[in-house]
Amino acid sequence: MNQMRRTFLKGTGAAGTVAVAIAAGLLKPGQVLAAEWNKEAFGSKNMADAMKNLNIAGAAESKDILIKVPDIAENGVVVPVEVTSKIPGTTSIMIFVEKNAAPLVAEFELSNGAEAYISTRIKMASTSHVRVAVKAGGKAYTASKEVKVTLGGCGG
Amino acid sequence: MADGMKMRTTLQGDTADVKVLMNHIMETGTRKDAKTGQLIPAHFINHVVATLNGKTVLEAQWGAAVSKNPFLGFRIKGAKTGDKLVVNAEDNKGEKLSGEATI
Repeated sequence: MNQMRRTFLKGTGAAGTVAVAIAAGLLKPGQVLAAEWNKEAFGSKNMADAMKNLNIAGAAESKDILIKVPDIAENGVVVPVEVTSKIPGTTSIMIFVEKNAAPLVAEFELSNGAEAYISTRIKMASTSHVRVAVKAGGKAYTASKEVKVTLGGCGG
Repeated sequence: MADGMKMRTTLQGDTADVKVLMNHIMETGTRKDAKTGQLIPAHFINHVVATLNGKTVLEAQWGAAVSKNPFLGFRIKGAKTGDKLVVNAEDNKGEKLSGEATI
């Protein structure tokens, strides 16, 4: 009997702590939404607008961004992309497909020891350059590589 | 624990190589339903956040051009065995996916 009462008190005590932590803003329930989704950049219909909306217009071409993509992708639905930036202090990596209806594919912000490396799979509507832009030390750099697509992966 | 996600981590020296596979349709919103001719509404993951021991290491915003059942690979320097990695994702309809792994 007494044991049950102890357990109960302990349980409510712990739950109370969590509630206080949430109230104090230590644990944000919607932490996934920390940054607002960049609707303008993702909705941009061409490269220039997309880059402008990401504040990286005029990014300098760089050979220190390594893009690993297949030369020919038989199926544009799944094109593997691997990006490595050798530019010191790289804080974000952005991937674009120049000829997609909406060129911006994804944006990655790196922090707390995450290396300047991203691997993912993207959709490509047609043969196009895959462009990668990175931000490092307040400056923007970019590089691109062409992928020939036999079968498009958007719309249809 | 994983909900809609599969995760694998391998430690090489002090760098953790993380691979995440998410289970999601990633509908672009430009495809038409073959039967009705109506556009299929967009439904895709647009936010992904990865934390190591509670500290954010990767924060991503995605468009609909990330492939169906998205794959994400990244590396964390300074990770140790026993570190707890959590990945949270949310789509444009507010549905959430999450995954957990111990390095």
